[in-house]
Amino acid sequence: MYAQMIKTASDGVKSRDEMSPEESAFQDKIDNDIKIEPRDWMPEDYRRTLIRQIGQHAHSEIVGQLPEGNWITRAPTLERKAILLAKVQDEAGHGLYLYCAAETLGVSRDELTEMLLDGRMKYSSIFNYPTLNWADIGAVGWLVDGAAIMNQVPLQRTSYGPYSRAMIRICKEESFHQRQGYDIMMKMAKGTPEQKKMAQDALNRFWYPSLMMFGPSDKDSVHSAQSMAWKIKINTNDELRQKFVDQTVPQAEYLGLTVPDENLKWNDEKGGYDFSEPDWSEFFAVIKGNGPCNRERMNARVKAWEDGAWVREGLLAHAEKKAARKVAAE
Amino acid sequence: MAVDQGKLLEFLLRMGDNTLVLGHRVSEWCGHAPVLEEDIALANTALDLIGQTQFWLGYAAEVQGEGRTADDLAFLRDAWDFRNVLLVELPNGDFGQTLMRQFLFDAWSSIILDRLTASSDPRVAEIAGKAAKEAAYHVERSSDTVIGLGDGTEESHKRMQAALDYLYPYVGELFESDAVDAAMTEEGIAPDPASLRADYNALVGKVLAEATLRLPEGAYSHNGGRTGRMHTEHLGHMLTQMQWLQRAYPGAAW
Repeated sequence: MYAQMIKTASDGVKSRDEMSPEESAFQDKIDNDIKIEPRDWMPEDYRRTLIRQIGQHAHSEIVGQLPEGNWITRAPTLERKAILLAKVQDEAGHGLYLYCAAETLGVSRDELTEMLLDGRMKYSSIFNYPTLNWADIGAVGWLVDGAAIMNQVPLQRTSYGPYSRAMIRICKEESFHQRQGYDIMMKMAKGTPEQKKMAQDALNRFWYPSLMMFGPSDKDSVHSAQSMAWKIKINTNDELRQKFVDQTVPQAEYLGLTVPDENLKWNDEKGGYDFSEPDWSEFFAVIKGNGPCNRERMNARVKAWEDGAWVREGLLAHAEKKAARKVAAE
Repeated sequence: MAVDQGKLLEFLLRMGDNTLVLGHRVSEWCGHAPVLEEDIALANTALDLIGQTQFWLGYAAEVQGEGRTADDLAFLRDAWDFRNVLLVELPNGDFGQTLMRQFLFDAWSSIILDRLTASSDPRVAEIAGKAAKEAAYHVERSSDTVIGLGDGTEESHKRMQAALDYLYPYVGELFESDAVDAAMTEEGIAPDPASLRADYNALVGKVLAEATLRLPEGAYSHNGGRTGRMHTEHLGHMLTQMQWLQRAYPGAAW
């Protein structure tokens, strides 16, 4: 889940009596699963909330290239290197679709980028954790992409047409990403003692940060109700987290790895696992900029943007000259 | 007369090491490009080059006949065994230098691959057939970028000219020949490198003219990569990173 803690731009869910005729007609469409398209009327708060959500998702794809890129030059075989390159390329592509979806709401990619670089917009907390050994690349695919899929599959049905269509495309690629991550974990977990140690180490470090990807507990999640009424959020944070744990624990068992949670236990009554909550104070620290890699990630993005200014200006200047020459020739 | 397998191996290593080393260099950009479309394009280029490496080095390992794989050749040889031209191991520098290096390589690659599709060795012809399509796209893209930045702002022009001045002395090595090339030419496996020069000059000349860039004076040419006589200092550093896991955990499967 790449959008966390999205602040809904409203004061709470309006009752039908409080809605204007336009708002009421809008809500009817949503309730009847009719997609909202860019030219349709929409409440300003819906538009602003979606910009935040899609923007944060897009930024996460872009920043998410960095922890994986950290291992491209050290990938241990040609095939692993090719797969990782393809995956990171897909992620940049996802960023591109999502920025395009956000642009249909009246904000440019450059504006969104500037908001990321000056800290007004966020990206998923997960990308502020380091990738320290090769199994981390497996864990990112297995756990991080696994958690992202858990959220994004329902978002294929989200109410905003361009976002929903971007999600459909993205989900297809994400399931391939998750499979390749699990495949790395299999190799490592069944490999030499050192490889198994890397796999366990990766799971130890990525388990709780992956659980945090779903956002704070429902009881502390103040922005959900309106977003759910608008169908830009489909499930609650806790529902998705439970589903993720239930799916992932048997996979860890199959790998012969230990989930780092002493309280993890199957609960027959609820038909799911009981598990420990992540340390939410750590989550809020990461969101505030104090995660292990926040500064490195932002510095890398700022440097890429600043170092690239001459390239963007150069290509723009050339395009303008070319257009001018074409006009002059006509 | 049977083809000298040692010379064929040498030729295949030259092809595969070029794409391996350049693919690695380009992959270093991941997540750091000036604009999102370039991040995608650079990753795509690196991916194509690594894919070509798998074919060239895979065939090389078969010809060598010692039960090794493409991965063994990529990850377990030392710098003196590498047969890539020096051009591709040079550092990325700024985006302009990376794209100029790419263009100077793509122009050569698109021409030689096209010729190799008619190789008397069916495996070489087959690999070249696949790679030629990618190379044609790469050269189109890198030409456009060299033109765009050469004929862009004063600063982009200056940077592209500096990149060309630095890199052009490494171009000559692509067209040198030795006994390996003579044997490949003789057997119809590969063209004489020198025979590609006229097409190369025409292509590069046209793009540089449009980019308002000029070739540096003097015909000096660095060499030593494709024969393995002497690489630059840069290659060893690249290998320490590229080969680290394979070297630190010998025999592990990944």
